[in-house]
Amino acid sequence: MAEREKKYRVTIGLEAHAQLNTKSKLFCSCPTKFGAPPNTQTCPVCLGLPGALPVLNKKAVESAIKLGLAMKCRIAKESIFARKNYFYPDLPKGYQITQFDRPICESGFLEIKSNGKKKKISIGRIHLEEDAGKSIHNEPFVPSEATLIDLNRCGIPLLEIVTEPELRSPDEAVDFVQRLQQMLRFLQISNANLEQGSLRCDANISVNTANARELSAKTEIKNLNSLKALARALVHEIERQKKLIFSGKVLNSATVLWDDKNQTTRTMRSKETAHDYRYFSEPDLLPLKISADLIKKIESQMPELPSAKIARFLQEYQLTEADAEILTLTPPRADLFEWITKQIGDASLASKWMIQEFLRYENNLFSQKKRTWEIDIAELLTLVKNQKLSWRAAKEIFSEMVVAKKSPHEIMKQKQLFQLSDEAKLEEIIRRIIDENQEALAQYRAGKKPLFHYFVGQIMQKTGGRADPKMANKILRAILDSM
Amino acid sequence: MDVTRLDFSQIHPLLLNGSVSCSRIVRDYLKNVNEGFPLNAFISILAEDAQIRAQKIDAKIRQKRAGKLAGLVVAVKDNILVKGIKTTCSSKMLADFVAPYNATVIDCLLKEDAILIGKTNMDEFAMGSSNENSFFGAVKNPIDHTKVPGGSSGGSAAAVASRQAMAALGSDTGGSIRQPAAFCGLVGLKPTYGSVSRYGLIAYASSFDQIGPIARSVEDCAKIFSVIAGHDSRDSTSSTHRYPAQFFSDIAPVSSLKIGVPKQFFSNDIEPDVKRNIESSVEKLRQKGAQIISVSLPHADYSVPAYYIIATAEASSNLARFDGVGYGFRSDEAKDIGNFYAKNRSQGFGEEVKRRILLGTFVLSRGYYERYYRKAQTIRSLIRRDFSAAFQKCDFLITPTSPTTAFPIAARSYDPLAMYLSDVFTVAANLTGLPALSIPCGQDRDGLPVGLQLMAPRFAEPFLFSVAKAVEKFCPSGEIENG
Ligand SMILES: [Zn+2]
Repeated sequence: MAEREKKYRVTIGLEAHAQLNTKSKLFCSCPTKFGAPPNTQTCPVCLGLPGALPVLNKKAVESAIKLGLAMKCRIAKESIFARKNYFYPDLPKGYQITQFDRPICESGFLEIKSNGKKKKISIGRIHLEEDAGKSIHNEPFVPSEATLIDLNRCGIPLLEIVTEPELRSPDEAVDFVQRLQQMLRFLQISNANLEQGSLRCDANISVNTANARELSAKTEIKNLNSLKALARALVHEIERQKKLIFSGKVLNSATVLWDDKNQTTRTMRSKETAHDYRYFSEPDLLPLKISADLIKKIESQMPELPSAKIARFLQEYQLTEADAEILTLTPPRADLFEWITKQIGDASLASKWMIQEFLRYENNLFSQKKRTWEIDIAELLTLVKNQKLSWRAAKEIFSEMVVAKKSPHEIMKQKQLFQLSDEAKLEEIIRRIIDENQEALAQYRAGKKPLFHYFVGQIMQKTGGRADPKMANKILRAILDSM
Repeated sequence: MDVTRLDFSQIHPLLLNGSVSCSRIVRDYLKNVNEGFPLNAFISILAEDAQIRAQKIDAKIRQKRAGKLAGLVVAVKDNILVKGIKTTCSSKMLADFVAPYNATVIDCLLKEDAILIGKTNMDEFAMGSSNENSFFGAVKNPIDHTKVPGGSSGGSAAAVASRQAMAALGSDTGGSIRQPAAFCGLVGLKPTYGSVSRYGLIAYASSFDQIGPIARSVEDCAKIFSVIAGHDSRDSTSSTHRYPAQFFSDIAPVSSLKIGVPKQFFSNDIEPDVKRNIESSVEKLRQKGAQIISVSLPHADYSVPAYYIIATAEASSNLARFDGVGYGFRSDEAKDIGNFYAKNRSQGFGEEVKRRILLGTFVLSRGYYERYYRKAQTIRSLIRRDFSAAFQKCDFLITPTSPTTAFPIAARSYDPLAMYLSDVFTVAANLTGLPALSIPCGQDRDGLPVGLQLMAPRFAEPFLFSVAKAVEKFCPSGEIENG
């Protein structure tokens, strides 16, 4: 089996749907706010009422071009909308307006990092399309055998991003989605949240023997609503396909749903019976013309992209590459780092604080409406920098700050966490500790030098971590050596 | 004085100088509507609304702040939405559908103080050339009740010809304004595609449909057109072309005209009486100094098949929204979701509609798209080219509107192909988006009107009207007794 293990090859392609964060829908002026009561954000256009006609949202087009430019795509001069025809209760027009043979962006790439190595993944296309509504059943408030329909989501603008089948492992797939998320957030065109459905992902996967000339049938996995689910589903599917090909069985192309709870896939339908969507050009919309001027305008407004930001952080702040990557993962994180650095004038302290302390509270803090904590952190770190506060005390204050929403000074006073850097007072404490630990002192003097750290521990315990470590070390060594 | 014998252009000065009131006009028209019921021209009659409105407009006239169409009593084809009024498309599918908003053209008419008198019968979903395919029964030709009024705006034409309305709005997808205008001895305009908003028109085939006026005189037609034409931001295919404010009063100097007579249009099976009338009109124009030029439209023979392929393809998709989910006919026999759609649609739609949906679904389906739909689109562009070449040589084209005069009810209802061929002269204007107008130019031996079609380059409606006015001068339409 070990021999065989080496002889297969995994091919993964991803189709991601990112919900754009435009204020209005793709073809009408209805709002796109999340969580509104069912069917309250609708109009004749998005309800597909008779006589209603679509009008394209220019902002959505600009978002698509932004992502295309960021991924080095070719931006079409003329792009065409098409109808994808099928019947479903939450699809009120009986077709979805999407793009088919002439999408807005084609042939770009996104760089991922796999096992520390950079790799370019080709992007086949990026196109705009409208979302459908939502069918609700199996909920306590829905009568049995009834289906309720909420059409608020109808017409919400989506970008579909399709990769070429160039991903070779679940890790690469996960990294790709993370990089895509990062890009969408940097461009501020989507919240790109998998759990909330603002980024949705389908994966195509096929496993082949290493020497196979052609790809065998593939499985399309839908319903991947977290990075974990994506990784697990791919691992599961690789194992399943491997077993099949190594036992000489034929794999059929299929579309499956990933059931994350039971860690397994459920067959949706076989490709053979798949729909004939009868695509044709949407006659209610004229071809979308994209002028060179518009592209130029968008280019000039492009924010700094992740790779450029990492390069600048390395140079400007002398960070390690790993730290720079972590700090640039999202724009607010990168902005916060730069802001704190500016406030305290110490990039290495800011980066250490961000990575070791801040990240665990990041979601909580970023979701707060009032952002006074940013100033508090800068204040806290200034105290650390000026040795008014030990790292440990600062940590304690910080966690209190997050919970109690008080300023560092208030907490410091309340908890008496000022750093003990009064030499005389420290010396007094240290002498008392030595007095109380005669046995350890004897052993130390007999040559058991590591006991020095025992004394340091005692000092920290007695002072509640407030002792200035450098000063305490100096005094302790002086006293011990003089004995 | 029987006010219903007067055109809008004749009655408008009388209204303004106070010798007649809107209330009086509306009362007289409503009397005709009550007497005209055997024609089956109306689906809904807005008697009360019209009377209330008439009083209000009378007050506005007294205050000298009445709109351009004050006193125009207009009937509206039942595929154009009027808020709060049933809009059925003559289908069982929409028999109870009440429009939740106004079509743009309705807003335009109301703003200029036109008075809506009713919604007119039509071929179901505007599919037909005889107005026999209506859930509410066939409409009769006011001139001869054993004949069809033409389709699909047959109700609109019958209402105007029988003086149940001063003018009407119809929609023209393949000739549905011009052919009934010709059969009923009226003036009907299919405007340039994009010049009149389609917002609120229940779509049959989006890239062909255009709303236009049917009236008893060229001037009335022009006045209505000048009010409904114009850019609408809710219709993406709406053009921004600006017509001159006053364009319908000038009579073209016939001596300077170059008239194109397409030879292909005269080699078809045209009834001798039709041919004779058209030729004599052309001859009269020649006598007045116009230059007659024979032009060739080499691809004209393919216009009917190309039209039926593209129009039915679009229809199959446009009509998908009528599924019984949110509104419209819902069968109570459905057992599962697939069955639900099948029952709702097979019981809600009539035969001709189903025939066209099936045809359209077929030509778009995988394997046939290239063979039919794509080819038809190619022909469409070739026909466009034919026409631009023709307009290099002449100012406008003259053809018969229809190869026959009004035919007997039921004569062709079992021969769809023969029926489709009645559109042979009209579909080209829809394939190309060109404006075309039908004007009466004489009668056949049974006294049935013959229609003459004028076609001109895009946005040349002002020119069409002035030529039509010249034709009108030597071909006054016969008086028709109230049906
Ligand atoms: Zn809407």
